[in-house]
Amino acid sequence: MNIHECQAKELLAAQGVPVPTGNVCQSIKEVEQVVTGLFSSGVKKIVIKSQIHAGGRGKGTFKNDFQGGVKLTDNLEEALDFSGKMLNEILVTKQTGPEGRKVRKLLISEASEIETELYLAVLLDRELSLPIVMASTEGGVDIEEVAEQTPEKIVRQEVDPSTGLLPFQARGMAIKLGFEGKLINAAAGVFLGVYNTFWNYNASMVEINPLCIIRTPDGKQAISAVDAKISIDDNALPRHPEIQKMRDLGEEEPQETEAAKYDLSYIKLDGNIACLVNGAGLAMATMDIIKHYGGNPANFLDVGGGAGKEQVAAAFRIILEDENVQGILVNIFGGIMQCDIIAQGILAAVEESHLELPLVVRLEGSNVALGKKIIADSGLAVIGADSLAEAAQKVVKAVA
Amino acid sequence: MSILIDSKTRVLVQGITGGFGARHTHLSLDYGTQIVAGVTPGKGGQLFEDKIPIFDSVKNAVKETQATVSVIFVPPGFAADAILEAVDAELDLVVCITEGIPINDMIQVKNSMKGKKTRLIGPNCPGLVTPGEGDDSHGGCRIGIAPGYIHKKGNIGVVSRSGTLTYEAVWQLTSKGVGQSTCVGIGGDPVNGSSHLDIIKMFNDDPETHGIIMIGEIGGSAEEEAAAWIKDHCNKPVAGFIAGTTAPAGRRMGHAGAIVSGGKGTAEAKISALEEAGVGVAETPSVMAETLLKMM
Repeated sequence: MNIHECQAKELLAAQGVPVPTGNVCQSIKEVEQVVTGLFSSGVKKIVIKSQIHAGGRGKGTFKNDFQGGVKLTDNLEEALDFSGKMLNEILVTKQTGPEGRKVRKLLISEASEIETELYLAVLLDRELSLPIVMASTEGGVDIEEVAEQTPEKIVRQEVDPSTGLLPFQARGMAIKLGFEGKLINAAAGVFLGVYNTFWNYNASMVEINPLCIIRTPDGKQAISAVDAKISIDDNALPRHPEIQKMRDLGEEEPQETEAAKYDLSYIKLDGNIACLVNGAGLAMATMDIIKHYGGNPANFLDVGGGAGKEQVAAAFRIILEDENVQGILVNIFGGIMQCDIIAQGILAAVEESHLELPLVVRLEGSNVALGKKIIADSGLAVIGADSLAEAAQKVVKAVA
Repeated sequence: MSILIDSKTRVLVQGITGGFGARHTHLSLDYGTQIVAGVTPGKGGQLFEDKIPIFDSVKNAVKETQATVSVIFVPPGFAADAILEAVDAELDLVVCITEGIPINDMIQVKNSMKGKKTRLIGPNCPGLVTPGEGDDSHGGCRIGIAPGYIHKKGNIGVVSRSGTLTYEAVWQLTSKGVGQSTCVGIGGDPVNGSSHLDIIKMFNDDPETHGIIMIGEIGGSAEEEAAAWIKDHCNKPVAGFIAGTTAPAGRRMGHAGAIVSGGKGTAEAKISALEEAGVGVAETPSVMAETLLKMM
């Protein structure tokens, strides 16, 4: 599960990571209060940041033609003007797709005087099966490019999960990154706090980009997590009721949210052939074979190993909500569950949904002959197929 | 011969009294698997289906029944503890079926298992099958949730991250009259006990395995790692399939480990690594068996 920048900063602050002072606003009235408060406390410059679950906000464009989802200003009037053009407007960035995302919240905080931008992340190293802390002097840019072009600029520290990141390891990273004097301990403290955020909240990734050395109003150097992105391991959400409350359904595809209620794993894609499959690997392979024969999958949908009647019915409802869908491929390997039971489930769902689109069904496994007979005898316009390849070819032809 | 398990393997079930565990224990018993004990803390002294003794701890179960393998069906929040209990009881093999274990739990499990004798398969996997000689392959050893009847005793080893895609490959083989030595589902999680490579090495050393099908998917680099080894060391034909060519980047495709992130773990990279290693890559999931048989 992804959370907003403002929520990520809340979690980081709770683990002792310094973040810019600021507040979340959902109305112009709140913007006025927060901005007035910041300026009267001596802040010279503020930053207004659109809160959506997608990157590239700064370079994004609103559908009302306003440029930039992240704006700086030093006066209230401009802050109100900007906020009016951002709040409840649709922001399109390179990560949102052309449909964009509605900005329902703004994070307004002090704009620090930034001296240096760094990169910091904690994530799972799958090869080692260990968490790693990764930092680079190249902040504010795409880390994958840094990894490719100048890998020597990336400092890595793997972490023993039984001890957590150790202070000397954190200091070692700071020294390698070129921190000096008092900033070594300050940076190490931030690395420890970010690691603890990762571990204690079961994050699958914490990314601070940029992590900044800033100049405070009294002329001192300090470290601040100027931007933050956290995603949480879905499997661990039952342990964190406080994080479950951070879920923003406005950021998720409604069909995906609906699917999750039935334990279905659904991901919307942009093609026109819907698929309904049991098992994640087979569901991916079904999308692949549709593409192989020249079609375009409309979704990934795993109905799970059980694939009961109610789930199949819910799956049909969900895939039919996608207006792009012109044909459906059902591919079930009846292992434990027998094909005749599955066939009955499919027929019930077809009748309930008043399906008018071409439907290709490929069943394989136990009682397959009986399953096929049930479908053939139903009188419904269902196209049968004996192999996955045949099924894919038939559904591609049906929507052509 | 086979790898890891055979018809004589003595198996205990952790979580035998839960609905899911009970159902699959029943199916495994029907298949002919030597299920000798169950473990459910607090239910020690009871019997499963009037014949299999239930114990309060894995250690007690092992002491009384000489089980060497455990299969775990306990809920995700308790599965890490169940695995470590089986490791502490010094079992040879632990097969964890449970889906949805927090990644941090598995990081800790894997770290604590270093240097221990126990091998872990899974989690989030269908388990293993070594087919038997009876009707519908009965008389073999079925550990986990795979449908037993699709198998046939023979000489092909199958290793896969995905359940139903394994069944697909096995069924293609069986339908062509070609049997399997052992079929191993290693699971779809990003941190798991055994990798493709671990299993392929065993198949390579097993005299009864004459060919291998490896099924991978997007995410991580386990397939690339296996490919590098196969290229220099494997002396048996290997066919492969990688699922997820059409999967969008940054999305988890059902399995927790099936995600392309930061441009890494793509199907294209895996397919080219396999091809370079001389693995026959099936163009579609419909021809996994055919691809291998052409090489043999």
